[in-house]
Amino acid sequence: MQLVLEKRAERSNTIALISPLIAIGLTIVTMVILFAILGKNPLLALYAYFIAPLTDSYSLQEIAVKATPLVMIAIGLSLCYLANAWNIGAEGQFLIGAVAGSWIAVKTQGTDAGGWVLPVMLVLAAAAGALYALIPAICKVKFGASEILTSLMLVYVADLFLDYLVRGPWRDPHGFNFPTTAEFDPVATVPLLIEGGRLHLGSIIALLVVAAVAILLGRTIKGFEIRVVGAAPRAARFGGFNSNQLIILTFAVSGALAGLAGIIEVAGPVGHLQPGISPGYGFTAIIVAFLGRLNPLGILIAGLFLALTFIGGEQAQIAMKIPLDVTKVFQGILLFYVLACDSLILYRFKLVFPKRQVARGTH
Amino acid sequence: MELIEAIILAVLAASTPLLIAATGELVTERSGVLNLGVEGMMIVGAACGFAGAWLTGSIFIGALFGIVAGTLMSLVFALMALGLAVNQVATGLALTILGVGLSGLIGAGFVGERITPALHLNIPGLTDIPLVGRVLFGEDAFVYFSLALVVGVWWFLYRTRPGLILRACGDNHVSAHALGYPVLRIRALAVMFGGACAGLAGAYLPLAYTPFFIPGMTAGRGWIALALVVFSSWRPGRLVVGAYLFGAVTILQLHAQGWGVGIPSQLMSALPYLATVVVLVLLSRARTGGSTAPAALGTVFVPDR
Repeated sequence: MQLVLEKRAERSNTIALISPLIAIGLTIVTMVILFAILGKNPLLALYAYFIAPLTDSYSLQEIAVKATPLVMIAIGLSLCYLANAWNIGAEGQFLIGAVAGSWIAVKTQGTDAGGWVLPVMLVLAAAAGALYALIPAICKVKFGASEILTSLMLVYVADLFLDYLVRGPWRDPHGFNFPTTAEFDPVATVPLLIEGGRLHLGSIIALLVVAAVAILLGRTIKGFEIRVVGAAPRAARFGGFNSNQLIILTFAVSGALAGLAGIIEVAGPVGHLQPGISPGYGFTAIIVAFLGRLNPLGILIAGLFLALTFIGGEQAQIAMKIPLDVTKVFQGILLFYVLACDSLILYRFKLVFPKRQVARGTH
Repeated sequence: MELIEAIILAVLAASTPLLIAATGELVTERSGVLNLGVEGMMIVGAACGFAGAWLTGSIFIGALFGIVAGTLMSLVFALMALGLAVNQVATGLALTILGVGLSGLIGAGFVGERITPALHLNIPGLTDIPLVGRVLFGEDAFVYFSLALVVGVWWFLYRTRPGLILRACGDNHVSAHALGYPVLRIRALAVMFGGACAGLAGAYLPLAYTPFFIPGMTAGRGWIALALVVFSSWRPGRLVVGAYLFGAVTILQLHAQGWGVGIPSQLMSALPYLATVVVLVLLSRARTGGSTAPAALGTVFVPDR
């Protein structure tokens, strides 16, 4: 018995819509098996993961807070992936954005600096993220160096740079030697949307980004160019579209969004700069981008779903002592199923039995 | 003199996992498949390797556990990228994300445990030769194995018929298919070889490099191995040079920290990663005349029937 792929005459749009749902279904079945192996009651575990976080307003806010960086980063990555540019280093751009924005917060600490502080932090973070993303983009365009590897290497560099700052020059002198800056002043903090809650202005910014990119992709020539360069590079060349220019552009935009997400996370939910500000947002955002079918609205939904798994994972750890790494396994398996189901859009799967096959030598 | 000897020993130890993982990936890429999941396969190999050695008390069985784990991971990749014709870049990333989670899950129970690391060779007489004795005849078995592996791969790729067919699949899968070679099956075998090597390379870390397991202990070595394959222009000989150069950079930063040079330790730790970026740029720049990569590298192949 052999699995054979048969190219569909045209892509199946029905399957394109339901394939993420099939993927989620298959992932949940796999998780049930994994929970059983771990000796946990699968039904209780599924409840803790996917239902419990939806039942109280604190968890709901927390989901929105977690989804904010994921959606912002994934929106930028989707532009890159649509243009066939592989930015894998969003995690590093996120960290560099956090560092650049924190610089203002640290320098104005305890001064009577006014309301300009936060806006400048946001702008600087976006600029730093964009510049950091431009390093692999330029190396790719000018020298042909693999952007996958260079952008990824820069993640480790950014991580170490942040580590150096919070252990060295920026360390809070009253922080009992913990590697962290002092708590940011109120003017350097992202305002909350609900008094006493966790939801902050960053979530609104993320929604604006979703809307802006939806318009860019759906209604502008640039958006059209991005999609054509990715889907049909040859056609794009005949159309006179400059793919190098688009690599630079999409890397810069995705770097800016990742940097912005970084400072919003630090000046919002975290409140100060320290190592470990990201539980792998930059990598999880890759899953969000694919699960959302590289489509802004899809990414918004996918971001909320992945955020749910983060919060659900924490709840499952507290309630049932399920290790936090299960969340990462879940996310990895989900990405596999998403990609596998995407294959159904272009191909029909067929099982062929060797007896019925025409003899073809080694096959 | 003892310091130089110690440094050379340390460089060889630091280079060995890079060399093993990169050799496996070289074979995979030569067949036309780009598997970016090396880091994921390595880290699962590290967790399973340590688990195996801790449970059985045998370094050899630990290494086998690592190899099997890496191979199983690569099978998942082969099923996706070859069986279902999914984009190889995305599948490789998924493999790494999954591997990091699995490794944490498997290794969680073993954090804080210690094992007796792989013994270094000791041949009375030979190992005692001053200057070269320890370096040539005093390594752990993995070091010798890694060199044998490179020689074996070189011989296979350039001196045997199956090696020629494998390279043909990487350069032109349509022609190889037309000639009647089972392109997908050959690629699947190449991917599994790469997975076995990555698993072994990962297992090397807790079995010989350090005697314990910590989550995330591969620290990007899988990605550096991928860069090394580019560095080597897909040639086994240059891979050895590249791996030892990178091992040297890693050890240099460790020693510089020990000597108390007035450079922040984080900058020194960033050196291997920065070096990778610089090397990739310099090499790609030198090669503007034409790429030496296998022509079909990373492209999807669906045989029509």
